[in-house]
Amino acid sequence: MKTFFDNPARIRFVVFFALCIILCIFSLIAPMLVPNDPGKADLANALIPPSQDYPFGTDQLGRCLYSRVMTGAATSIFSAFILVGVIFTIGTFIGVLSGYYGGKIDTFFMRIVDVLLAFPGMVLAIAVAGMLGSGIVNAVIAIALISWTKYARLSRSLVLSIKEENFIHAARLGGASSLKIVARHVIPNSIGPLVVAASLDIGAMMMQLAGLSFLGLGAVPPAPEWGLMLNEGRSMLQNAPWLLIYPGSAMFMTVAIFNLFGDSVRDILDPKFQKSIIKTTGGIKNA
Amino acid sequence: MPILIGITVLTFLLMHLSPSDPAERLLTSQGIPVSSDVLEEVRKEMGLDKPFLTQYGNWMIKIIKGDMGISYMTGRPVYDELASHMPYTVALAVISMILTLVLAMPLGVLSAVRENKLTDYFIRFLSFIGMSMPGFLTALILIYFVSLKMNLLPVLSQPGIKGILLPSITLAAAMTGKYVRQIRAVVLEEMQKEYVKGARARGIKESRILYFNVLKNSMLSIITLIGLSLGSMLGGTAIVETVFVWPGLGKLVIDAIGYRDYPLIQGYVIWMAVLFVVLNLLTDLIYRLIDPRIRLNKEVA
Repeated sequence: MKTFFDNPARIRFVVFFALCIILCIFSLIAPMLVPNDPGKADLANALIPPSQDYPFGTDQLGRCLYSRVMTGAATSIFSAFILVGVIFTIGTFIGVLSGYYGGKIDTFFMRIVDVLLAFPGMVLAIAVAGMLGSGIVNAVIAIALISWTKYARLSRSLVLSIKEENFIHAARLGGASSLKIVARHVIPNSIGPLVVAASLDIGAMMMQLAGLSFLGLGAVPPAPEWGLMLNEGRSMLQNAPWLLIYPGSAMFMTVAIFNLFGDSVRDILDPKFQKSIIKTTGGIKNA
Repeated sequence: MPILIGITVLTFLLMHLSPSDPAERLLTSQGIPVSSDVLEEVRKEMGLDKPFLTQYGNWMIKIIKGDMGISYMTGRPVYDELASHMPYTVALAVISMILTLVLAMPLGVLSAVRENKLTDYFIRFLSFIGMSMPGFLTALILIYFVSLKMNLLPVLSQPGIKGILLPSITLAAAMTGKYVRQIRAVVLEEMQKEYVKGARARGIKESRILYFNVLKNSMLSIITLIGLSLGSMLGGTAIVETVFVWPGLGKLVIDAIGYRDYPLIQGYVIWMAVLFVVLNLLTDLIYRLIDPRIRLNKEVA
């Protein structure tokens, strides 16, 4: 008898999906569970090693590191979600538009995509974030401005391959409007690879956001953000290694879980996907 | 070439849209009190009252002549500033790339040859860790263990081989993870092909097939990979350079952002674009060296 769980990839998907959900729920309720106020500075208790009162120790301002790491989870996870959501929506919208209508719209958007895609993303993100000023919202905007292109390129190529299928022609002959064809036939048939790309992106986006925060271009102190916390703890490394260990492992574990989740989504939806993404983004050569 | 034009338009637009006024910024940086009369005069002098396209045109002509303006931060020409930091970033990029290939090639091939055996799982596990580790975290861990605990290398980089070691290991760690995966996939795909079966059937030794046929044919995909990842590597240098205080372009631009030094930020983006295009051109040339079937006619920038 064949069941849903015969395929090991599906088991993996269920496990990692559950883990991600748990992580999200946990990050939401964590602020209510922490023992101390994550923002309360207490210089008398600065740089205490992990102890009974402060499970992860305290930072240079005497703030409870445990409380800060826990409350920081929501920032990292949900800003990455929002970021991926934004670039997914914008990128897919533009990609479908260009692919379906072709012509001038296509040329216009694809030139922009070419420029952005052929350029080191982080370099532009740093420049944009630097010009916008710091703040987690600005960091999300900066990264979003440069990363929607992948989805545009991918959805465009998917639409192009679907556009000439017989069922689309049939729908058109049946009198369906363009909007209806796109919404009912084109998008549902091309969403798979896009979802795979999005789930693979969550971990990477989390790292980029934390990277900008680490550079001082993302979250603003005193926000409890992991990248920022690591930056603040950087100079105390020798005397207070816990400032590195706890935010660092929280960051690593979260990214790892989301990466594993992304991999499992890819495995069940499209085992051949990795190759196709190299091909679709391979246009960089003609610089 | 269209890429370079696009990038210059983009950076110029960015500066145009940025909240602060360049004229005001210039005056404050020179310590001149800002009054609306003076401001108006400086604006005129800088051509800020002209339409956008004229401004862009003038700016572009200057850039082509090598004049990128004066850095607010140091008061030196942006061009000189960037040129003096450039070699550090290039050295870092080249050394990490070499390191990555030296590590990733054998690991990726080994992982493919031993598919689904213990070695394969172990290598895949390592590469997964490398991929999920943010660069700054790797950097801090390296500093903690290598520099602080074992006192092997200095915490802050100094120019020279000792200083470049940790930053390039950091950059290489993340890239090796990605490369091992891709190289494994490429080699596995190559091994499935008919000619490998044919060679095996004719009794050619497995190692000979691997070295002389499979690897040779995988080279092209691997070079494509290198071309594709150059961008993310150049971007990653900013973080690594800041952590290790390595005096490259990335460190320079992060400092510049702190000062709201727009000419320098602009200059940085343009230099990176040029660097990137040049590196890509080199990749294309290597393509041709490796596989003469590929003609350059379509791919010259």
